[in-house]
Amino acid sequence: MSQTLENRASPDAATQLDIFRRMLRIERNDEFTRTQIRRGRITAPYYSARGQEVIPATLSNLMTDDDVICTIYRGIHDMVAKGMPLRPLWAEICGRVDGTCKGKGGPMHLTHPETGVMVTTGIVGSSMPIANGFAWASLLDGSRRVTVAYFGDGASNIGAFHEALNLASVWKLPVVFVCSNNGFAEHTRYENATSVDFIAKRAIGYGMPGYTVDGNDPYDMYAHAHAAIERARAGEGPTLLECKTFRFMGHVFGDNDSYMTKEEKEAALAKDPLVLFRQHLLETGAATEAQLEEMKATIEAEVQDAIDFAFESGYASADELRRDVFAEEIPA
Amino acid sequence: MSTDTVEPVAETLKMTGQAAVTAALFQAMEEDPKVLVFGEDVADREGGGVMGTTRGLSSRFGDLRVRSTPIAEQSIVGAAVGAAMAGYKPVAEIMLMNFITVAMDMIVNHAAKLRFMSGGQSQVPLVIRTLTGAGWQTAGQHSDHYEGWFAHTAGIKVVAPATPADYKGLLLAAIQDPDPVLFIENSRTLFVPGEVASDQGPIPLGKARLAREGSHISLITYSGMVANCMAAAVELEAAGISAEVIDLRTVSPWDKDAVLASAEKTGRAIVVHEAVRHFGPGGEIAATIQEALFRKMKAPVRRLGAPYSAVPFAKPLEDAFLVQPADIAEAAKALCAYE
Repeated sequence: MSQTLENRASPDAATQLDIFRRMLRIERNDEFTRTQIRRGRITAPYYSARGQEVIPATLSNLMTDDDVICTIYRGIHDMVAKGMPLRPLWAEICGRVDGTCKGKGGPMHLTHPETGVMVTTGIVGSSMPIANGFAWASLLDGSRRVTVAYFGDGASNIGAFHEALNLASVWKLPVVFVCSNNGFAEHTRYENATSVDFIAKRAIGYGMPGYTVDGNDPYDMYAHAHAAIERARAGEGPTLLECKTFRFMGHVFGDNDSYMTKEEKEAALAKDPLVLFRQHLLETGAATEAQLEEMKATIEAEVQDAIDFAFESGYASADELRRDVFAEEIPA
Repeated sequence: MSTDTVEPVAETLKMTGQAAVTAALFQAMEEDPKVLVFGEDVADREGGGVMGTTRGLSSRFGDLRVRSTPIAEQSIVGAAVGAAMAGYKPVAEIMLMNFITVAMDMIVNHAAKLRFMSGGQSQVPLVIRTLTGAGWQTAGQHSDHYEGWFAHTAGIKVVAPATPADYKGLLLAAIQDPDPVLFIENSRTLFVPGEVASDQGPIPLGKARLAREGSHISLITYSGMVANCMAAAVELEAAGISAEVIDLRTVSPWDKDAVLASAEKTGRAIVVHEAVRHFGPGGEIAATIQEALFRKMKAPVRRLGAPYSAVPFAKPLEDAFLVQPADIAEAAKALCAYE
């Protein structure tokens, strides 16, 4: 681990509950998605983020509606946490015309500028150079808007990461680079493809703070996310957060996990951050069982409503292939 | 019009294509505070660009809007994509076209596609200016014409001017355009002086220019090869062949109407470009002419482009690589003699 944070902000009870609500919304949405895929109602590659909920839930709690995110193909949890409405999200996952992208982007390319979901890329590493552009715009605007670039541990080995961190540091851009280190780049184990034991160490090479964070611990996430976002907002420049976590559902939904041991997966599942944080909220009195059950029922109703909405929506006509290629429609 | 009004005659200035590009950047930045200019060495601290094309901009508009960057093309185009989506009009400079290869993901997967993939929610109004062309003996990694790659990519426009007036007018239009535009400056034309109206404004993208009117054959071309076609037309005139020269100005979307009208009129056409002929833009244009005018053409449509090789270093090889006016004249004479 490269650096230790000095002043650690701590989430109060209301903040904890908000973080948990975002986590639960991600987890319920994910569970419902996998069910629909298993039933054959959706045909799409699905990159579940089950197990990684704490990271965007905490960051999103600290972001305003004006703050923006650039995320990746395993990114639906980032969008749900940021507050993207579920109806257009589901319609897009289902490829329908009422989807946020009219069914032209799909689950790997969701966009929803109203909630700050600016780019979702299917190319490993590409969220970062684009995030710099949004951050530069904040400097030009004189606004205090912060940009968060989400990516995985595998992306820290591609050139885009290194170019983007260097530029962000030289230009002191208000951006937070959030690496969800789940231990595997697709099927390749971290240590077989990464030159350093902690990705946060790479921040040293780019002259910015870098922290290795327990990405499954809302307290540790909150402290570091708070510091990084405040630093960006104050115009002091970028931060790299390496958030250690685990992917419960493998790389793409349906893969057989042959690249990991049964023991390590079981150990990770036994420390499910959602279960642990729920327990913590109950034990500390931040929430009651009834309250959390009601929260779950409300969220499930919201997700079900979104699913129903999505499947009632139709598909765009083939005319859409001539639209949005350019601002001006291409003549038939 | 009453007799006592005098129609204002715009003053005409003599300037190079490069000076025209500089003038367009000054004008665009003056008119629209959202216009940004950045790339390697572009600020005055670094000399205003290795060619000096952006000289004076950072002193005039400040170093927040005009920024030199690291030598990191992926991060240059990435920042342009983000800034464009955030409401700015970035004009990114990629010093030479071959250097675009390390930024292809940002151009092809992101700049060109984000409007479509977002269902129209995102727009990416950026311009990438780049310089290329054989003739300076810069060999295989500093002079390729890769416009065909980008013309093949849905969602990005490709502009390739040939005259100083067009360098200015087309760049102004590219900056105003709501979509990503690749703006190609050619090494053999950029420093050639020509007439530019002092009030030269934007010239619409996608509209060809009739560079020379003729009746026997149409030479369809763009960028550096316009000059070679014009020289060939002079030679052909001496041989009694009247050649029409169509300067496409924009490679994509290209002006099909102008090309088909000219080809139909003359009944003969040659597409001439500097890029390698094999799978080059000439194939698309020639095929379109034949599909539309098969029975009206008096001869097969021909394509002239570079041979299937890298751009060579040695001068005689470089000359052989480029389509020369004599090659064009010879091909035109053969088509005019075609029975």
